Amino acid sequence: MDSSDWELEELEAAFQEKVGAEKRIEPKDWMPDKYRQTLIRQMSQHAHSEVVGMLPEGNWLTRAPSLKRKTILMAKIQDEGGHGLYLYSATETLGISRDEMFEQLHSGKAKYSSIFNYPTLNWADIGAIGWLVDGAAITNQIALCRCSYGPYARAMIRICKEESFHQRQGYEIMMTMAQGTEEQREMAQDALNRWWWPTLMMFGPNDANSANSAQSMKWKIKRQSNDDLRQKFVDATVPQAEFLNLRIPDDKLKWNEERKHYDFGEIDWEEFKAVVKGNGLCNRERLQARVEAHDGGKWVRDAALAYARKKESRKAKAA
Amino acid sequence: MTDNDMLFDYLLRLGDNSLILGQRLAEWCGHAPMLEEDLALTNIGLDLLGQARMFLSYAGEVEGKGRDEDRLAYFRDTKDWRNLLLLEQPNGDFAATMARQFFFDSFQYLQFEALARSSDERLAGIAAKSLKETTYHRRHSTDWIIRLGDGTDESHEKMQRAIDAIWGYLPEMFDMDAVDDAMVADGIGVDVTALRTAWDGYVNDVLAEATLIRPEDSWSVRGSRDGKHSEHLGYILAEMQFLPRAYPDAKW
Ligand SMILES: [Fe+2]
Ligand SMILES: [Fe+2]
Repeated sequence: MDSSDWELEELEAAFQEKVGAEKRIEPKDWMPDKYRQTLIRQMSQHAHSEVVGMLPEGNWLTRAPSLKRKTILMAKIQDEGGHGLYLYSATETLGISRDEMFEQLHSGKAKYSSIFNYPTLNWADIGAIGWLVDGAAITNQIALCRCSYGPYARAMIRICKEESFHQRQGYEIMMTMAQGTEEQREMAQDALNRWWWPTLMMFGPNDANSANSAQSMKWKIKRQSNDDLRQKFVDATVPQAEFLNLRIPDDKLKWNEERKHYDFGEIDWEEFKAVVKGNGLCNRERLQARVEAHDGGKWVRDAALAYARKKESRKAKAA
Repeated sequence: MTDNDMLFDYLLRLGDNSLILGQRLAEWCGHAPMLEEDLALTNIGLDLLGQARMFLSYAGEVEGKGRDEDRLAYFRDTKDWRNLLLLEQPNGDFAATMARQFFFDSFQYLQFEALARSSDERLAGIAAKSLKETTYHRRHSTDWIIRLGDGTDESHEKMQRAIDAIWGYLPEMFDMDAVDDAMVADGIGVDVTALRTAWDGYVNDVLAEATLIRPEDSWSVRGSRDGKHSEHLGYILAEMQFLPRAYPDAKW
C-alpha cells in the first residue's frame, strides 16, 4: 500500500464515521466517488420523475371537469415542475449540470420513475395519481428527509409538505367520484385497478433482489428498505380504500393480526421489467415529449443567451 | 337588451377572455422551452383562470338564472362565447404564444387600470386584483418580445413572423358596440377607444427596443362581440367541455 491508498482509507473512515454520527455531508465536504455517483443517479432520476410526471397529469388539464378542479390540477402540476427545478439545483451541487442531466435522460442513460409510463385514461386517474402515486412518493421521501446528503435532505423536507397537499387533493377527487354517479364510481374503481400495482412497484425490487440497497443504507442515502416502505404504504392505504368503498385488486390482501400488518400478493415483476425496458403504454410518448420540448426550445434558450450577451457588452461599452 | 343583460354580456366578455387564454396556456404544460417557462406559463394560466372564475361567477349572479361559473364555462356553445378572436388562436411556437400574450397583456393592463375605477364596486375589486397580476404578465411577455426580437437572427425572424400573423386580430380589442357604450354611460365599463394611444405608445416602444417592425394595418378580423368566431373555438370547447357534457348528472 502506498501513501495515497492510506490517505484514501483514512478519508473513507472519517466519512463513514461522520455519516454514522448522523452528520450531514455538504457539497464541499470530501465524499467517496461512488457516494457522489450514487447520489447523482438517484437525485437526477428523482428530478426527471417530477418533470416527466407533469405529462400524464397535464394530459387532463385541458379537460378538467370544473374550473375549480382545473385550478387545483394546474397548481399541482406547477408544484411538480418546481420540485424538478429544486432537485436539479440540488443535484448540480454534486458537479453535474442540468444540461448534462437532460442529455442523460434523453439518451436513455438516466431513468425516471416507471409509474409515469402508464396512461391517464379517465378523470379518476388524476385522483388516483394524487392519492396513490403522491402517497407512495411521500412514504419514500419522508425517509429521505434524513438522508446523509444535506442538499437532498433539505429538498425533501420542503417537497414533502407540498406532496401531502397533493395526496389529500387526489383522495378528495377519488371520494367525489366514488360517491358520485354509477359511471363515476366505475371510473374510480377502474383507476384504482390500473394504478394499484404500478404504485407498489414504485418502491423498487424486493430487498432480497435489491442490488444497490446495502451500500446505500450504509451511507444513509437510503434510510429504510424497499419492502419496509412498501409495507408502510400498504398499511396506510388499505383503510383509505375501504373508506371509499373501493376494492383493491389483490385477492391475497388481508390483515395479519400476528404481524400487525397487511399481507398482500406478489408483484408481477415481469411487468415491472417490461415497462422499465420500454414496453409500457407511454414510454415513447413521454420521452419524445421531453426531447421535443428541449430540442424544440433550443432556439428560445439561444435567443435569451444571445440577448443577455448583447446587453452586457452594451453596458460595458457605455461604462 | 336590458341594462342587466348588457352587464351580463360585458362580464362574459371579460371572463371568456381570461378563460380561453388560460385554456390555451394550459396546453403548454410540460412542453415549454425550459422548466422556468413551464412554471411561468402555469403561473399566468392560474391567474387567468382565477380571473375567469370571478368574472363568470359574477356574470351568473347578474343574470339571475342560476348559472354558476361551471354552468357558464361548460354548457355554452360557440355562438354564446364572447372572447376576443385573438385569444382562441392556436399556440403555434413560443414566439406566436408570446406575441398573442404581449398584445393582449398590454391591452388588458390598461383596461384593468380603468376598470379598477368602475362605479360597480365588485367589478372594480376584481379589476384591481387582476391589474396586479397583469402587471407581472405584461412584464413577462414584454421581456420575451425583446429577447426574441433582439436575440438571434432565427428568433428575430420567428418573432416578426408571429407578430405579422396575428396583427389583424388586434383592432377588435378596441371596438365598441351598444353594450360597451351602455356600460361606459353607466360608469361601469371602459371606453376602450380611449386606451388606444397609450397602448400604441407602449407597444411601439417595446417593438422598437426589440428591433421589430410594426406591421401595416392591412387586414382586420372581428366578430366575437356578436358570437362570431374562428373555427378554433369549437375545438377548444369540445375538449374543455367534454366531461360535464358527457356526464351531465355528475358532480365533480
Ligand atoms: Fe413532486
Ligand atoms: Fe406531488
